[in-house]
Amino acid sequence: MTVPLLKAERLVRRYGVRHGFFGRKSTVHAVDDVSLTIRRGETLALVGESGCGKSTTGRLLIGLEPADAGAISFDGTVLPMPHEPGWRSSRARMQMVFQDPLAALDRHLTIREQIREPLDIHRFGSPSERAERVAALLSAVGLGTDHATRYPHELSGGQRQRAVLARALAPRPDLIVCDEPMSALDVSIQAQIINLLADLQAELGTAMLFISHDLRAVRQVSHRVAVMYLGRIVEEGPPDEVFGAPLHPYTQALVSAIPHPRRRRTERILLPGDPPNPMNRPKGCAFHPRCPIAGSACKLQLPALEPVKESRSVACHAVHGTTGGPAIRRLA
Amino acid sequence: MSTRPFLELTDLCVSIGGISVLRGVNLMVARGEAVGIVGESGSGKSVTWLAALGLLGRKARVAGRVRLQGEDILHMPAPFLDRVRGARIAMIFQDPASSLNPVHKVGDQVSEVLRLHRGMDRRAARAEARRLFDAVGISDAGRRLDAYPHELSGGQNQRVMIAAALAGEPDLLVADEPTTALDVTIQAQILDLLREVRTETGMGLVIISHDLGIIAETCSRVAVMYAGRVVEEAPVDDLLERPIHPYTAALLAALPNVDGPRRRVTAIPGSVPDLVRLPPGCPFGPRCRRHTSACDAAEPALASVDAEHPGRRAACFHSSFAHARAPEHKEVVLA
Amino acid sequence: MLRFFAVRLLRALITIALVVTFAFIVLRVSGDPALEIMSVDAPPEAIAAFRKAWGLDAPLWIQYARYLLAILHGDLGQSMRDGREAVVVVAERIPATLELTVPALLFSLAVGIPAGVYAALQRNSRTDRAVMVAAIAGFTVPSFVFGLLLVLVFSIRLGWLPSGGIGGLGHCILPIVTLGVGGAAVLARFARGAMLEVLGQPYIRAGSARGLPWRRVIVSHALPNAAIPTLTIVGFMVGNLIAGAVLVENVFSWPGLGRLLVVSVVSRDLAVVQCILLLIAAVMIGANVTVDLLYGVLDPRIRTAPLCAGAGRC
Repeated sequence: MTVPLLKAERLVRRYGVRHGFFGRKSTVHAVDDVSLTIRRGETLALVGESGCGKSTTGRLLIGLEPADAGAISFDGTVLPMPHEPGWRSSRARMQMVFQDPLAALDRHLTIREQIREPLDIHRFGSPSERAERVAALLSAVGLGTDHATRYPHELSGGQRQRAVLARALAPRPDLIVCDEPMSALDVSIQAQIINLLADLQAELGTAMLFISHDLRAVRQVSHRVAVMYLGRIVEEGPPDEVFGAPLHPYTQALVSAIPHPRRRRTERILLPGDPPNPMNRPKGCAFHPRCPIAGSACKLQLPALEPVKESRSVACHAVHGTTGGPAIRRLA
Repeated sequence: MSTRPFLELTDLCVSIGGISVLRGVNLMVARGEAVGIVGESGSGKSVTWLAALGLLGRKARVAGRVRLQGEDILHMPAPFLDRVRGARIAMIFQDPASSLNPVHKVGDQVSEVLRLHRGMDRRAARAEARRLFDAVGISDAGRRLDAYPHELSGGQNQRVMIAAALAGEPDLLVADEPTTALDVTIQAQILDLLREVRTETGMGLVIISHDLGIIAETCSRVAVMYAGRVVEEAPVDDLLERPIHPYTAALLAALPNVDGPRRRVTAIPGSVPDLVRLPPGCPFGPRCRRHTSACDAAEPALASVDAEHPGRRAACFHSSFAHARAPEHKEVVLA
Repeated sequence: MLRFFAVRLLRALITIALVVTFAFIVLRVSGDPALEIMSVDAPPEAIAAFRKAWGLDAPLWIQYARYLLAILHGDLGQSMRDGREAVVVVAERIPATLELTVPALLFSLAVGIPAGVYAALQRNSRTDRAVMVAAIAGFTVPSFVFGLLLVLVFSIRLGWLPSGGIGGLGHCILPIVTLGVGGAAVLARFARGAMLEVLGQPYIRAGSARGLPWRRVIVSHALPNAAIPTLTIVGFMVGNLIAGAVLVENVFSWPGLGRLLVVSVVSRDLAVVQCILLLIAAVMIGANVTVDLLYGVLDPRIRTAPLCAGAGRC
């Protein structure tokens, strides 16, 4: 098969954190041994709760932050770091979309100027070609020509996020990283952006890394999903399968916790305890203190992410039959 | 004599800095009832309750009536309201970490309410605060009493907020987006706690949320708000089965499923209207698929749709069960 | 904790070394103490003898080395004007200055903080605007101008209070007010800002929602939080107060450190100037450390919050 567009192997990112004003220092493993691949034209979603390392993983993949260990290759070659030559041209091939569109846009430039800027920076075609491309991008994201001459503060939240998307798409990137692109938007607007992302993806074939805590949105836009817990991927597979029949107990709880108008509340699996503190990572499987089916092996040994069938992998002793505890029960 | 509602808002209007943010809200909450208020930003869902409890400050101009067991409390003097707030109606907010005072221990912030509303002395209040911490599921309650908010997680802080709200033994708890700032597994815990508290104490509950899912799980009745008014009111199950107002139907259609067959969501075109420049007539008109010229002429009032269903009200000229049963909506809603 | 104090101490020592060196250079290079103290028409032999006695005939860098060595031994030297130990000369002036600065600080706190808090509570009212106008006037008008104005009105026009010198309570009032008014103005503005910031916080509304009376919300929830940023300003004010004392003592002929400093500078009495500068530096460093420690007392987040040391987010 062809080389994947992006391949990350055993990425690690640590931060030093001091406890209290005068306290001792300790190390937080924000990202711990994460391997993933994104093929051309594919959307991979990273889901998980706050502090699970999904955003950090996104920044590592796009080269905004250096990894402490591991390797990232983009289109078959090693990704240059910010201080290295070639970083700039690699940046044009990867674009990022953040949660807050107002913060991402320059408030002194009109929408047209913002979208044109990356084209000028990366010397894309002739000036008239650039103008054509801006017009094409605007209509692709559903903005009219009347929006093009406005400033960011004159647009609504949804329109701003469309403008950010248009700007990200301008240099024809191979990969777009979207970090919680909809959480700042109203429910009715989220649906617009979900559809837009799905449509753009289908039309342009741009690969996408979609980082979100919203499983419902993830399911709409992604081909594969990776669930993260405390810096590690615990389950991976196609979203319909992962959310329809989750294997990892954490994924099961996550899926069942989503409030939904048309679901009975008795199905819910309530996890005890708080989301774990990355500064105080439990030994063995990090999820075991909250896990309803943890066995003795789970407290001692870190389960590896291993395939269970062709398209899916999971990191759980119970699924692989190595727990010594009860066998995994599946959500109906 | 018919049972009097516990709380009744009549034609509640609020303007802040000359902008009309609430334009005549009518709502009732029966004793012990759980009501959900759903809406997007600018719908006035939070302002309604801040105004009802006199928490908007001096810049806001509030008109209408807020009757608590028949007595209008809207323009009552502060000492009177201080005996209502926390003791008869408590309110908790979206961001638990910033709703607690960072320089006081969480136990003291709960004890403060106990001493104020229940006249306890320091020791009794501390013991009761500890009991409340246990009741709201804070592990190691004795030690947590002396923690500061920044030392607790978001979920624990929201439990503290709930404990402080329960401290005054209120008849009604108003929860404004109580789980929006929390992770989804913690959200599930908090919603579960609220349900549990309700079954134990018989306390009424108002949940303000942008998420119909949360309301469907916790409430029996729901009011949908848009641009400063209630546009539809119904028992939750009825609303989900057969939404009458096009906005409600559109909101439901815009919500993706997490299971079942994957289908394209139906987005609502346009954006939430600017309160400074509301469109003429029905404020949802420009985004509405059933929009006609009549919708621009006047704003429809919230009215009963059908004599057989007195609990169902909608503010739409096209509202009728015939529309609600239309196959396009049925397909969308029951997909 | 230890690291914290070690860093502070090192910084203090560097500050003091710089102050000492700076004062030496300025005073020695800008004039000759022998001429200043003996007067210009003194016989040349007398001046030469004075120079020899005080070591002023040696090259400048040797004088500096000698001087530093003496300080390291704890010897701050003698006053060239009256030959007594500089420390003694300075120490006998301290009470007079404290008599002014401590009440002035209290005056600043007692007037500035309530005015600022009150203005914040009455935001955009006439009172608020009046307080803010007064505050702007308070710190834009230099203290010596303000002092002269007070003298003009209360001593010369009305004849209620003495215009200078040391004596009973009446003598203190005008200098204290003059010295304290700038700080009060700064504090009023700052306390108002801090208070407005705190009043906008969700926990204030949450307090009201629990039925706490407004007065209690202010006193027990808003004020402790507003005190935290205000404290920073109080730390800075101690420095301003000392600078102000130099001016005010001269306007009101108050026999304190400020006047001693001016007299000593004019006569190039290096040992005394150095001694005063060291004292001022020590007081300011002490004030800053106190402020830092008070932060910990007022703000539990500083005591126990995890701080980010790495590049990442927390």
